[in-house]
Amino acid sequence: MERDLNFASKKISARLILLAITLLSAVAGFSSITAPANAADPVTKIFGVVTGSTEQPLAGVGISIVGPDGFSAEVKTDLLGAWEVLVPTKGTYSATINEGDLPDGQALTDPTKGTAKANVFMPGVELRILFPIGPGVQQSSLLERSAQLTVDGLILGLIIALAALGLNLIFGTTGLTNFAHGEILTLGGLLTYYLSAIVKLPVLVAAPIAVVLSAFISGFLQDKYLWKPLRKRGTGLIAMLVVSIGFAIFLRYFFLFLFGGDTRQLPQYAGQAGLDLGLVNITPKSILTTVIGIGFIIFATLWLLRTRMGKASRAVADNPALASASGIDVQKVIQAVWILGAALAGYAGVVVTINQGVSFLMGQDMLLLIFAAVTLGGLGTANGALVGSLIIGLFVQLSTLFIPTELKYVGALIILILILIVRPQGILGQKDRIG
Amino acid sequence: MDFLFIIQQTLSSTFGVNAIIFALAAIGLNMHFGYTGLLNFGQAGFLAIGAYSVAVPVISFGISLWVAFLIGIFNSIIFALLLGIPTLRLRADYLAIVTIAAAEIVRQIARSVTFNDVLGGSGGLSGNFANDFFALNPFKEGLTTPILRFNGNDLWVVITGWILVAIITFIMWIMVNSPWGRVMRAIREDEDAVRSLGKNVYLYKMQSLIIGGVIGSIGGFVYALSRQSVQPDNYGTALTFFAYTVLILGGAARVFAPIVGAMIFWFLIVFIEQVLREGVNANLIPDWLIGVNQVGQIRFMLMGLGLMLLMIFRPQGIFGDKKELALDAKA
Repeated sequence: MERDLNFASKKISARLILLAITLLSAVAGFSSITAPANAADPVTKIFGVVTGSTEQPLAGVGISIVGPDGFSAEVKTDLLGAWEVLVPTKGTYSATINEGDLPDGQALTDPTKGTAKANVFMPGVELRILFPIGPGVQQSSLLERSAQLTVDGLILGLIIALAALGLNLIFGTTGLTNFAHGEILTLGGLLTYYLSAIVKLPVLVAAPIAVVLSAFISGFLQDKYLWKPLRKRGTGLIAMLVVSIGFAIFLRYFFLFLFGGDTRQLPQYAGQAGLDLGLVNITPKSILTTVIGIGFIIFATLWLLRTRMGKASRAVADNPALASASGIDVQKVIQAVWILGAALAGYAGVVVTINQGVSFLMGQDMLLLIFAAVTLGGLGTANGALVGSLIIGLFVQLSTLFIPTELKYVGALIILILILIVRPQGILGQKDRIG
Repeated sequence: MDFLFIIQQTLSSTFGVNAIIFALAAIGLNMHFGYTGLLNFGQAGFLAIGAYSVAVPVISFGISLWVAFLIGIFNSIIFALLLGIPTLRLRADYLAIVTIAAAEIVRQIARSVTFNDVLGGSGGLSGNFANDFFALNPFKEGLTTPILRFNGNDLWVVITGWILVAIITFIMWIMVNSPWGRVMRAIREDEDAVRSLGKNVYLYKMQSLIIGGVIGSIGGFVYALSRQSVQPDNYGTALTFFAYTVLILGGAARVFAPIVGAMIFWFLIVFIEQVLREGVNANLIPDWLIGVNQVGQIRFMLMGLGLMLLMIFRPQGIFGDKKELALDAKA
């Protein structure tokens, strides 16, 4: 796996690694090296970069800052969209963007985010403020917003479903609650990025290769060299769960080590314009990836229902000992399930990468939603995963009609907990599965 | 390479604030996981509740720090009840997923702009909320020796922290060796058998969740006091996982395991990091292999790898008893 991934060479990513460190120190917090407070001449500043909907810098946008002790300052962004203000003391500063300076077609994606606060908690810190700017939103009607969010929700649900199917199949056949499943998405995304941005293959070629490589690396190799030996050793399910956590942490920081900490877009189709379909606006790449995703799910369902191997996998899920006694090669079935699951999850990573860009945290961000979907639908049931995913996807997006966007995942997780109170086995789960 | 500096840094971490925080978090997990078999993956949530409960009342509402400690304990009990009521009847892996989700909910709410005014948003809260505590410090000049070094505030946190750890460990020792503790272990081994003896398993599990959670939130107190700030992203899932690593390293279901585990964990982490850092600085490790800014990432990779290998080859940890540890029991 290491050799296949050794792509983001340090030369390219020196700048990105710096970013990674900024990010990492926020995550880690335990580093024994203290913050820049010790520097000889501490510069305390608030800064940011104003970029438009396709990440293009916006110059000449006015930003005004007010702070404690009557501090106030006005700046304009430079040609790269960057601005910075040196501030004198600790305290809470608030920065307001002058919306009138934004070029036509660019506006705040959330009109309430025009003012942002920065808490300067000690001298010497450098705080970054970002304003969310996107294509100008005309005041759309509730109907239009609902329709758009429903489409977004279905697409998110599909991405979750692709990953959740594999997670659930693996859980069903081996009992493994795989906390490293999100990293299969990340690997799929990183492979797509590598093949398309560095090897310069067209995305339409890079994506299928990434899926095949995901199936091989994350499915075949991972099962063969990690989980199969553990099953043979008789490692317990809880122990395997903890192993998967360790593996996830290892992979996540390995990806960070290779790739750096920022979110990167594929060079191709990055700023594709959306098609206006009456009530909703949707990009062609999003339509294509979704249709292929639905195809994948239909394929997986047919595989489960119609093929010998698929039927065998359901038998193994139901009762491995009995399945083995009736002549089913349990290890082979598990191998097939891993390969299929990894291909589906790898494709989910490809979809996210093409539509939203790729970062090393991509899998971790999705993992809880995947778990929520699987638990909601019923752990270990294949069609439950589909239903749960669509519900979570729709709920996450539609809830933003009523709650702040930043809390949309919280809403999904609260729903998960509420459902478990009422129906612990999940929507399609069987009662005896919860023990 | 400056070996004395490496040793000083390493030992100061081995006995330092971080070891105390992780020891407390892991003692709580030992109650949950080691003795009762509850797979709580939301320990970071308890620490976050503890930390925010000391910072928020003092900074945002001007309440006394000592009252804030009581608020923190009260809040962690409420959080344990909220977590326990829906999940304690479910199988272990369901509890794991729900607790991890609940801890994420806590973190995301803490860092949201919506509650910026009270909770400080993603930058967290900082201020002089711990003044009452540091005013009692008799060791203001700190400690500087060739092998150990703490500044005045850290020394005070370290001394009071370890005393707290000792008291809590003693109470744990009494509890787990009482008849009550034996019921807990019996639940871990076979819930149905305990139920057949007429015990209310659900109530016992709830007690375990509350006690372990309160101990975790005390770890959160130490975290907030030592930094004199609270930052939401410090309380992510990684904190929980590393607390598990500490517990498993020492040996689950052993009273002293969290303490030893935390010390060894921080000894290894800081030692490896310092050696790598010095190696990179002295050009002993080539730059194309590890940049100076990548040492932190290597550290996390090793932590993940360590947790895997530990679980595969020595799940009972250093002091644990394989028979005592029902890790291999049904999920």
